[in-house]
Amino acid sequence: MRQDYLVLKSLFKVFGSGEDAVTAVDDVNVQVKEGELVTLLGPSGCGKTTTLRMIAGFELPTSGEVLIDGEDVSTTPPNRRPTTMVFQNYALFPHLTVFENIAYGLKIRRDSSQDIRKKAEEVMGLVGLRGLGTRSPAQLSGGQQQRVSLARSLVMEPKVLLLDEPLSNLDAKLRVSTRLEIRKLQQRVGITSVYVTHDQEEALTLSDRVVIMHQGKIMQIGTPQEIYARPVNRFVADFIGKANFLEGRVGRITSQIQIELDIMGKKFQVSVQKDSFSEGERVLLVVRPESVTLEPKKPDTLIGTVREAVYLGSEMVYEIEVSKSLLTVQIANPQEHVAFEEGDEVTITFQEKNLHILPYEEAQ
Amino acid sequence: MIKPGRKRQEIIGNLRLICKEPLLLVSILAIFYFLLTFVVSPIYMVIKTSLIVDKQFDLSNYLAIFSKRYYFQPFLNSMILGICTASTGTLLGFAFAYAITRTPIPFKRFFRLTATFPIISPPFVVALAAILLFGRSGSLTPIVKIIIGEYSIYGLGGLVLVETIAYGPIAFLVLYGVLQAIDPALEEAAMDLGASRAKVFSTVTVPLAIPGIASAWLLVFIESMADFGNPMIISGDFRVLSVQAFLQITGMYDLSRGSTLAILLLTPTVTAFFLQKYWVARKSYVTVTGRPTGATIKGLEWYVKLPAYATCLLFTAIIFLFYGMVIYGSFQKLWGVDATLTLKNYVEMFQVGKDYIFDSLTLSTLATPITGIVGMFVAFLVIRKKFIGRGLMEFVSMLTFAVPGTVVGIGYILAFNQRSVLFPFVLTGTAWIITTLLIFRNMPVGIRSGIAALQQIDPSIEEASTDLGADSNKTFRKITLPMIAPAFFSGLAFSFVKAMTAISAIIFVVSGRWNLITVAILGFVDNSQYAQAAAMSLLLISIVLVALGIIQVMVGRIGKGARTVSIVG
Repeated sequence: MRQDYLVLKSLFKVFGSGEDAVTAVDDVNVQVKEGELVTLLGPSGCGKTTTLRMIAGFELPTSGEVLIDGEDVSTTPPNRRPTTMVFQNYALFPHLTVFENIAYGLKIRRDSSQDIRKKAEEVMGLVGLRGLGTRSPAQLSGGQQQRVSLARSLVMEPKVLLLDEPLSNLDAKLRVSTRLEIRKLQQRVGITSVYVTHDQEEALTLSDRVVIMHQGKIMQIGTPQEIYARPVNRFVADFIGKANFLEGRVGRITSQIQIELDIMGKKFQVSVQKDSFSEGERVLLVVRPESVTLEPKKPDTLIGTVREAVYLGSEMVYEIEVSKSLLTVQIANPQEHVAFEEGDEVTITFQEKNLHILPYEEAQ
Repeated sequence: MIKPGRKRQEIIGNLRLICKEPLLLVSILAIFYFLLTFVVSPIYMVIKTSLIVDKQFDLSNYLAIFSKRYYFQPFLNSMILGICTASTGTLLGFAFAYAITRTPIPFKRFFRLTATFPIISPPFVVALAAILLFGRSGSLTPIVKIIIGEYSIYGLGGLVLVETIAYGPIAFLVLYGVLQAIDPALEEAAMDLGASRAKVFSTVTVPLAIPGIASAWLLVFIESMADFGNPMIISGDFRVLSVQAFLQITGMYDLSRGSTLAILLLTPTVTAFFLQKYWVARKSYVTVTGRPTGATIKGLEWYVKLPAYATCLLFTAIIFLFYGMVIYGSFQKLWGVDATLTLKNYVEMFQVGKDYIFDSLTLSTLATPITGIVGMFVAFLVIRKKFIGRGLMEFVSMLTFAVPGTVVGIGYILAFNQRSVLFPFVLTGTAWIITTLLIFRNMPVGIRSGIAALQQIDPSIEEASTDLGADSNKTFRKITLPMIAPAFFSGLAFSFVKAMTAISAIIFVVSGRWNLITVAILGFVDNSQYAQAAAMSLLLISIVLVALGIIQVMVGRIGKGARTVSIVG
């Protein structure tokens, strides 16, 4: 299995020129393994779609290279690249039937008509479109249109499948079930895929690895677990899941991977990467809302006041005021815990193994 | 930061992409060659000729613009005419469009069709009708004389009247699209906040429509300035540029002076065109999507309804009166003398004009499909492809819109009466000069309908096709073309209409061997054979209507699949 099946090598894309120039993609480097599903995740305007379109060939890089299976395709036109794309709005050909849509690429490639029929039928079975071949795209539901678009791309057996926010036009429930289907299908076919989305939940559930982008730059590449547990900066921590940021200062460095942290007058033991912090340095402590437990007030602990308590069924969400800053806390299975009310004073405990610290950064 | 050298990689990449599709490269180069030869070079020839007096470079024509009456007066007159017609036409168009989009007036479809009728008829038919109605021996002349006293239809007043009828419908179409696109919820919101109907109209409707109103005004201004047929028939002593240029060239053989007049005509129309395209259009608040919003306001007050309804009824009545008069006139034995009904005019018209009819039909039929296909292809290149010179291509192909026919006609006789480096054949006197003129003169119609159609198609549909392995050429044939077929055919219909009814440019390039119906009609008018002119005009209108009907049927058949475009977005 190739480790560098798809390679993006210092990709830049500048739109406009002179003073109006906007660097949409800024030195992007990514390696995708064969059979891997990598997600490009980021807020709108972060350059993820532009990156995807450069892989497909719809945009030419201002500089840099795109390599697929060892071959430089940077200037290859999209019709000769071994990639196919599932478009955000599906881009189905309105004047062709479902079958003709799916067969389109095979016909262009001049496959024999038996082959075309066989492959198209097969892929239609795979995505659950059997029997709908003669319909026109307008007669399909949104979910079905999405499958046609996926089938049309899959049937070409591309080296790399590109998906541009393919679920954004579906309603919330369908989105959840379809993304599971896409993941299963991708693993069954074993196709190398690049998936663009701005939905972090989608990215976490689907991907082998996630590439987080912000203002054209890659912030972090990693597995969903790595990115959630060990974000490299405030942007990533904030973008993936919910996070509380507490300011602190490094106290004593007790061992190579343990430091003592002063936060609001209390001391915490936190594990860190080797040698990444020095004594006295200002830092940010990332506290996930679910890594906090609350108890009735005890003396000599970190104490806060409940400002808001919201019951959501599966969980309870509190806003706790601690020395003038607000801390969001999520308690799962609320029925098994003591419920607090607004105005209650509580003792706050952090699950220390889930704490993560970052060099200090101003909030954006 | 990005070094400037980096951008080069992208440009070179784009170039390479085009080189990988030789067919695309060849078509781009071919289109540039055609635009250069048949659009730019004739205009350049007119400018050049206007600068040459007695075979020498000489600025005297231009230095004399403000001192010589034969330049200054027609220029002033044309401007006055343009401004008056643009104002009355826009007012008419707005009232009409408001009535149809905002009020619950009955028979909307009927009113709309009637109002657009002058667009498909040759414009000068209106002038002909005006003479039949209000001329020296016009049917209504005695009555009008009782009301307003002594008058003459020949002159500024008559011209403004006929051009308002002929070109007001253009303003109507523009404003109809604009008013339809204004979301009635905005007006309802204003009412909800306490604004009276009049207040809503003046603070919401009109301000939102202002860019559209400016557009309509400028378009009618251009049409009026460039009009040749109507002033030729009805201007009398009121000299306008288009007619003066024609007379200088065909009557006095003074190419230099004629060219200078043509340039005087060109300047304001091109200015107006670019104002409309690049300034007014950019200020627009509404995008015309063609999606009706169901904007009728219920419970309108009488003072809104009355003027709007009155305009609708009056204008419709005028159109019926004018065209009805042409029909009635075509059956009269001797106009103004013997009102016995007869068919002899048709016989006479046909005997004299059958060659003209044949030529018109042949050349228009030849030119129309080429216009349509090339226009569509240019639209495709301009909207969808990246290549160096794309902006230039759009600019040049749109330029022909703004250039008055008179300028083009003069340009063609200057450019193609000798061999040149660009084009080593002499075209003057052949059918080809007429055909090419029709093609390039009407191409903007095809381009415009193509652009409108393409802009409604999501580019990702074409990208999907390329993504699946089709090159530009295949994508255009298999995906784009079927989807824009309805627009293609209506573009075709309209360019056929324009080819059949063209006069201002064509009159310079017709010859003894090849002549056209419109020229024949003007000839009849010139000889005061109004009845025959009316008969021939009716024949021309019938041909156009039949052709439109045929194309309508074709669109109905082919357009079925493509009507369902809106599954995206």
